[in-house]
Amino acid sequence: MKIESLKDLESIRQEYSRKLYYPDVTKVNIGMAICGIIAGAQASFEKAAKEFPGNNGVSINQTGCIGFCEMEPLVEILENGKPRVIYKNITEDKILDAIQDYMEGTFNKKRILGQMRDPRSLLEGDIQNPVADVTPLEGIPFLEDIPFYNKQVKIVLRNCGYIDPDSIEEYIARDGYSAFFHALYELEPSEIVSSIKKSGLRGRGGGGFPAGIKWETCAKQDGERYIICNADEGNPGAYVDRSILEGDPHSVLEGMLIAALGIGSSQGFIYVRHEYPLSIKRLVTAIKAAEKYGLLGDNIAGSDFSFHIKISTGAGAYVCGESTALMASLEGQVGRPRAKYVHTVEKGFRQGPSNLNNVETYANVPVILLKGAEWYASMGTKHSKGTKLFSLVGNVKNSGLVEIPMGTSLKDIVFDIGGGVPKMRKFKAVQTGGPSGGCIPEQFLNLGVDFDELTKVGSMMGAGGMIVLDQDSCLLDVARHFLDFNKEESCGQCVPCREGITAMLDILTDICKGNGKEGDIELLEELGMMIQKFSLCGLGTAVPNPVLTTILYFREEYEAHIKDKKCPAGVCKPFL
Amino acid sequence: MSDPCLAESIETTEIDYMELDRIIEEDFNNDKENLIMMLQEIQRRYNYLPTPALTYLSTKIGVPLSKIYTVATFYSSFSLGPRGRNIISICLGTACHVRGSESVRESIEGSLDISVGKMSEDQRFTLESVRCLGGCSFGPMVKINEDMHGRISPDKIDKILDQYK
Repeated sequence: MKIESLKDLESIRQEYSRKLYYPDVTKVNIGMAICGIIAGAQASFEKAAKEFPGNNGVSINQTGCIGFCEMEPLVEILENGKPRVIYKNITEDKILDAIQDYMEGTFNKKRILGQMRDPRSLLEGDIQNPVADVTPLEGIPFLEDIPFYNKQVKIVLRNCGYIDPDSIEEYIARDGYSAFFHALYELEPSEIVSSIKKSGLRGRGGGGFPAGIKWETCAKQDGERYIICNADEGNPGAYVDRSILEGDPHSVLEGMLIAALGIGSSQGFIYVRHEYPLSIKRLVTAIKAAEKYGLLGDNIAGSDFSFHIKISTGAGAYVCGESTALMASLEGQVGRPRAKYVHTVEKGFRQGPSNLNNVETYANVPVILLKGAEWYASMGTKHSKGTKLFSLVGNVKNSGLVEIPMGTSLKDIVFDIGGGVPKMRKFKAVQTGGPSGGCIPEQFLNLGVDFDELTKVGSMMGAGGMIVLDQDSCLLDVARHFLDFNKEESCGQCVPCREGITAMLDILTDICKGNGKEGDIELLEELGMMIQKFSLCGLGTAVPNPVLTTILYFREEYEAHIKDKKCPAGVCKPFL
Repeated sequence: MSDPCLAESIETTEIDYMELDRIIEEDFNNDKENLIMMLQEIQRRYNYLPTPALTYLSTKIGVPLSKIYTVATFYSSFSLGPRGRNIISICLGTACHVRGSESVRESIEGSLDISVGKMSEDQRFTLESVRCLGGCSFGPMVKINEDMHGRISPDKIDKILDQYK
């Protein structure tokens, strides 16, 4: 069936909204993003599916990830008229007990993470809360009140963990594709662009360039325009885009469709890294389903607007996250960045005007159109609006995927949401921005996280990796790890980056081996500043950040290695 | 990437040209823009990129072999030499690093007596490193073929490797 009008969309929405919220069976939703699968969700799913074949009273379903990776596999169980309960750490051996526990109404607190107060997405304000009349369970916290969740605001993650990512109907049930229909039938392209501009949405890939301005510039260019989605999340420690693609791929497709309407394009590309096979699989399923309903293809919903999306996969090159390198790679070439005298919005992929945003950026777009630019801009800080996703990992108790309003302090993220450092160890620093970012020490924990504040302290927002380091992490070792990463990933065409990194790495390695000498720190600083100034692309100019910030904030640790021949954290082997 | 010189000495893979042709024409439209994905498909089929297959690809899509070689050596996931029956990808991303992936790497290297980038003598394993598998909450992570193993410590290595023949 093709969806050819708002009425068609609405009838799917109503039908599946009923199925989603008022099931006539016991519904078991197993979190099946990669985090869940690593923890054993696949085996749990298979066991439950075998025990309850067909749709006989109990239905076993997959969902994306609700973020609390530490507690995976997470399983939500619900029945009409009963509270929705989320069970934690449900491996294969516990899945049948959990289902029995729910059906018999025992509700063993040890296995339960929480119950849900409101399962609706923020786009569904006009439908009645399906658990409004349900008597809650006593002594079991609401998910929304658990410290890990209560400071979070789920805009991009509105559907992750709530719907089957392979079901376009469930996406529609939660008001999916209505922003696109609104844009298609009621808005002029210029109105779409100005709405994104007004919202203050900035690119979530790291650079933070205002998305609306990019769209506007691209729309002005002549010739075939391309809409490209950067899903090459190569930043080690970040799995933000992966979680969106695995949990809610249609939100990205809808964002791209809206961008195509606003900018005037008929061809879209998603560049996904090959290390994310599940993301690719979910995207393929999503694109096929959208094509079947006529939401992608020629003459979409009976209009004269046509849009096709093709998936391309990367082959393991971090530098391909850089726009010009990404576009070269899309063309089947090596991914070497070029100097950007001419921006890719003017001449990019196939020498045509190309609009590149990342996964998280596109996933924001439908919400902005439905809830309004003003609503979106009311959230966040002066120059950074909306929310930002972080993968909170490293030496932290509650590791997981979190979405917080811009401006939330690092302290709130690491200690309230993340639960602080485990095993009574002491917090040392938090690393953001991946290999291009820096290490932020304790004195800046009150800093509100946004694009500008992180840059001010020498780090950057990056794609959303936030790695907590405790007293047992040696910052020289961390800096060396990043330099080593960057040395491998430098494309090698410009001298400051290629030779500069190697020189810095040699010095740092010497220091870590106990061969450091007076003047090494200054030499590292000098080299770092040279690389920053003279490298060709964004990768090169940011390469020294991990070294420069650790020298700035933890100089005494460098000195201990050089002068006292000691590694205070006890990591560097020659000193042990 | 594995050593290409090695490839020349032991490369005996037979190429099914009809199948190769189908990959190039039907799956990827004979379009050189799809070069990277064609190489991925060839590698999926043969476990590495056999030179005769690349030569055929070059004539077929009209891209010089030298350029295909440039692409194949630029991207870290391609291998020009044969690889073991099982591919171990150890994650050396930051989150895994701070949770001890270096000691896991040393332990695998010791257990198989190979270093990263090499194949074990019995051709059972090739050890590769990857810069992030996106399973950061479960670090240190190791991927073997398509299976993800999380929260690995050096003492668990042998038991996991035993599952792969």
